[in-house]
Amino acid sequence: MIATALTDLWYGFGVALEPHNLMWCLVGVLVGNMVGVLPGMGPLATISILLPLTFGIPPVGAILMLAGVMYGAQYGGAICSILLNLPCHPPHAVTCLDGFPLTKQGRGGVALGITVLASFVGASWGITEMIFLSPILVKAALEFGPAEICSLMLLGLLAGSTLARGSPLKGVAMTVLGLVFGCVGTDLEVGTARYTFGLTELDDGIALVALALGMFGVAEFMNTINQAAPISTRYINVGLRDMRPSKADLKQSFLPMLRGTIVGSLCSLIPGTGPTIASFVAYAAEKRVSKTPERFGTGALEGVACPEASTHSSVQGDFIPTMSLGIPGDAVMALLLGALMIHGIVPGPQLISQHPDVFWGLVASFWIGNILLVLLNVPLIGIWVKMLAIPYRFLYPSALFFVCIGVYAANNDLFQVGEVVVIGAFGYVLLRLGFHPAPILLGFVLGPRFEENFRRAMLISRGDLAVFVERPISAAFVAVSMALIGLQIYLRLRSAKPEAAVAKAVASPVAPARLPARPAE
Amino acid sequence: MQSIAGRFRGLTRKRDFYAGTLMILIGLGVALKGWLSYRLGTLTHMGPGFLPTVLGVILALLGIAIAASATTAGVASADEERILPEQPQWRGWFCIVAGPILFIVCGRYVGLVPATFACVFVAALGDRTATLKSSLVLALVVTAFGVGLFSYLLHVPMPLFTWRGGL
Repeated sequence: MIATALTDLWYGFGVALEPHNLMWCLVGVLVGNMVGVLPGMGPLATISILLPLTFGIPPVGAILMLAGVMYGAQYGGAICSILLNLPCHPPHAVTCLDGFPLTKQGRGGVALGITVLASFVGASWGITEMIFLSPILVKAALEFGPAEICSLMLLGLLAGSTLARGSPLKGVAMTVLGLVFGCVGTDLEVGTARYTFGLTELDDGIALVALALGMFGVAEFMNTINQAAPISTRYINVGLRDMRPSKADLKQSFLPMLRGTIVGSLCSLIPGTGPTIASFVAYAAEKRVSKTPERFGTGALEGVACPEASTHSSVQGDFIPTMSLGIPGDAVMALLLGALMIHGIVPGPQLISQHPDVFWGLVASFWIGNILLVLLNVPLIGIWVKMLAIPYRFLYPSALFFVCIGVYAANNDLFQVGEVVVIGAFGYVLLRLGFHPAPILLGFVLGPRFEENFRRAMLISRGDLAVFVERPISAAFVAVSMALIGLQIYLRLRSAKPEAAVAKAVASPVAPARLPARPAE
Repeated sequence: MQSIAGRFRGLTRKRDFYAGTLMILIGLGVALKGWLSYRLGTLTHMGPGFLPTVLGVILALLGIAIAASATTAGVASADEERILPEQPQWRGWFCIVAGPILFIVCGRYVGLVPATFACVFVAALGDRTATLKSSLVLALVVTAFGVGLFSYLLHVPMPLFTWRGGL
């Protein structure tokens, strides 16, 4: 097994190192890092804005670039947290706790250096997991019939919506809304136009780009405008030389990195627990393990190394179900999956055998991309920190233009720009009513495939719903889904909100980190 | 015991109540439209209306649960109660929505350069500290950069200038 995995990996490196693919990977990492550094731009907004630009590229290059954008943006978010104390990106909120005190002590550069290293360690482990676990999952999943696929999707949707931030009820409501959005357009089997209200432009359904940019672009701009706290740029003068950690620093943060990596990969095994939860759990665990827990919060390097490693290993772990089963764990993965679908690649267990270049190229490009990230950040850190100082009032109008032209360029269709405006305004209303729009994307991407498989399962079983519990694998998925719902009801009856429970579990290390905006997760 | 009216008044202040109501309305709308306009079919041979109708009903039920939780939930913090933010940014919101709309209108009738300029200029005016001059400068810079990138490098097929062009 190891031999085949290594052969495949070798092939993957061959794909990823082809000059044009390497170039797209580099462009992705560079642009992702650049945009991700900008305050108020999380990976979701960054990927959404850059998604239309990838439509002209062949699928392999496009997915490599988008993956590069994703971890570039993630790393950018860490810079934001450490130097500005702005948790623009939820998984890095914890990093603020010790990163910013370090910055105040003049050791922000070291914290950044350790972050680069920690993310590399965490990601490497996640990639290794992906190489060995994905083929096993695929082997199991190829046996799945429509009923199993359906109940697996149900589980994925429930986990993605109930374990995300905010009220689980609202999360599920958003997922259902996403499924409804997915129904818009021509029916798959008989071709009836559904919910198009006579607009032929909607026959192909709501455009993924329009939905993502409306929810995570326009709605976020409306949420952030004139609300962002003034940014203190006092500490952003970090040079190349400051980044090199000393031997003592490395020794101090080596074990925390490994521990964070393990916590992150464990978290990624539980469906729905994204990188945010992983980073909080890792921080709390590290604090408990530490001999000097009182140093945490005052600038302990371990408090930076551990959650960063955890976040990155968890994100890589999230790719496993996304790529091998076609079930994304969170909105970022849903967006990447949607991008693959736009390129005509059908996600699911057959992806690895049908498009080995996409899968193994992606795996190899993770390593290449992470190395590029390290190499880029060393000389470019000075430029990144300068970008931190760009005020929001210049940022959002430019970003709005990118949104408009990007959506237009995707299909040369101005109607879709209109979709963005409508969805954006609606998304802002949802935000104000306390809904988190991320699960909408999950439901939207999975919706059509869910419907297709559900119909097929019902056709095969002659309309007998019992098929979902009669087949053992499907029954297991349904049982876990029920357990999830039961857990939520139990938590509710105990009158402890789930967030409170999670917060308690991680000894609430977030209290001082006030989010400046409501960042899309 | 609170009177029913008093209880309701307390309730309508709750954000969750409105959130639930919105979901109920959307759910019912989707379900009714699915039920009335599209063929439902049977469970074995599902028609196009089947899943949307079911989803609509589920959404409405979730909405009821969300709205009901507003009656039982304890005292929420002030920020959770508020539907509009502390300082409503009507100007900002208007400008953000107006920017893309202007982009559509200008893009349809007069071309990419005016569309870009109008979109960025109007959107920039939404910031509290923005002045005409700062917005003008930003719009000019973004227009120059954007046209260079999208029109010359990426070949987005929108004419730079046109008059009621045949888009």
